[in-house]
Amino acid sequence: MTALSAAETILRVAGLNAAYAAAIDDDRLEDWPAFFLDQCLYKITSADNIRDGNEAGIIYADSRAMLADRVLSIRRANVFERHSYRHIVGMPVAHASRDGIAAETPFVVVRTMRDGRMDLFVAGRYCDRLVDNGGRLQLRERVVICDSSRFDTLVAIPL
Amino acid sequence: MDQATTTQLSSDWPKGLRQVPFRLYQDAAVLIQEQKSLFEGPVWNFLCIEADIPAAGDWRATFIGRMPVVVVRTEDGSIAAFENRCLHRGALICFDNAGRGAKDFACVYHAWRYDLSGTLKSVAFRKGVNGRGGMPGDFRLEELQTRKLRIATISGVVFGTFSDLTPPIEDYLGPEATAALRRTASRPLQVIGRFTEVLPNNWKLYAENVRDTYHASLLHVFFATFRINRLTQGGGVSVSESGGCHVSTTLAPTDAVDRAYDGMRSVDDGLRLSDPSMLDAVDEHGDRVTQQILSVFPTFAMQRTYNVMGIRQFVPRGVDSTDLNWIYLGYADDPPDLRRKRLKQLNLAGPAGFVSMEDGCIGNFVERGAASAADAVSLLEMGGADAESQDTRATETAIRGFWKMWRRVMGQ
Repeated sequence: MTALSAAETILRVAGLNAAYAAAIDDDRLEDWPAFFLDQCLYKITSADNIRDGNEAGIIYADSRAMLADRVLSIRRANVFERHSYRHIVGMPVAHASRDGIAAETPFVVVRTMRDGRMDLFVAGRYCDRLVDNGGRLQLRERVVICDSSRFDTLVAIPL
Repeated sequence: MDQATTTQLSSDWPKGLRQVPFRLYQDAAVLIQEQKSLFEGPVWNFLCIEADIPAAGDWRATFIGRMPVVVVRTEDGSIAAFENRCLHRGALICFDNAGRGAKDFACVYHAWRYDLSGTLKSVAFRKGVNGRGGMPGDFRLEELQTRKLRIATISGVVFGTFSDLTPPIEDYLGPEATAALRRTASRPLQVIGRFTEVLPNNWKLYAENVRDTYHASLLHVFFATFRINRLTQGGGVSVSESGGCHVSTTLAPTDAVDRAYDGMRSVDDGLRLSDPSMLDAVDEHGDRVTQQILSVFPTFAMQRTYNVMGIRQFVPRGVDSTDLNWIYLGYADDPPDLRRKRLKQLNLAGPAGFVSMEDGCIGNFVERGAASAADAVSLLEMGGADAESQDTRATETAIRGFWKMWRRVMGQ
């Protein structure tokens, strides 16, 4: 990819993050896998697991097709009470190089349940590797590092 | 627990094991009695795995019911565990989750010092300062005793008990659960992930859930659709003599056409994975087992699902709140391709598991459904009235076994 200015890099990553969050929060989950390359890594883990060198996540996908399968399962197989997320995504720290962009972005997710109950569900950061794929920025890797290893009840919708 | 409440529990209890009053999940007095009679009674409580504390001075904090405890590798290589409460003012002695290479433990509040087995060794400024203050002349440090657990280790899994009456661990588990645990933990275990799911329900609803072989293929669409676990597949349920421990086994499906689930919500024939590599499992134990759950009364379960291995410890945080601690496991000598299979198949388990996520909310559905039904009962009539081993999983025998042991240790 061509060299980008620092400001341009941050703006592109922030734009991707905004579109990503909107797809999830607006319940357009079918649009979510397209933010990733065909061969990718998406993992949800926690700061303690990263510190301890634990590889496993609560979600672990190494292809875009696995992300599509997760959406299919959420839509057709899994049972849970209706709820939605509101992602508030911070300003990324991003560095562009010849191999693409490495970025880290803090976020919080507020969860609203069917009955109106709202909770601060997750705080964490996205650790990303992104590439320009024919003019479109896509995720090669998104490791979602939650600040806590505790999750209330269940995690159905992706972060 | 006073006598009046004990009597009240007994008088309400229906005959046999087929009915459980909902009040037993809802009454804070029951949890208080469980702490004394059950968690601190003649049971083996899961503490950690040996790999968590490989070297002298390595420790982990955990819970026996509501009681905080520390489990430690001591200088001579043995394992000790003790109540995590300073004998002085009751503060936590260890307030982090785990640590490595401790020489001893000192309470941060007033620096009372304990050795690795939890024995009190010194009291700061015991003689006072400049001849003034200090402990009275009749103070006897050796009379202050930390509550210590007796330890049993089986295949690298560490359990503890406060009671002298708890039988040896293999007798407690029974032959089937012992064999299953030994097979699952046949090589050194390695922790590959640790997550906690906060369950908005009484701990016993989860203890029942892990023993509930009837629900798995009905609640969990993923199980039935992909034939990981259907009641029509071979296998069965073994329940220990006490009732408290069980192992349920599901064998790989045969090629025969299975029509038993036709028309049920839990089979979605249109569901196809775009990337089936997630379910690309190897029969690593050569036993055709696709799913095996073993439970150890009161709060431990160990799971094999394809190549997923995990421990679940469920810790009561209050009468209607339970921490479900998931410990994801591999073998220390996993080749990289097998480890990758485990990481991908772990999508089935845990707080976001394709299979497990429903178990996170189902206990709360019971809490809410039975909110005004303290005197009504939960029915456990599938597969008879007793808690014997059965060669079918269309049964609630292992749940009845849980209550058989619960009633005995609670004196009900």
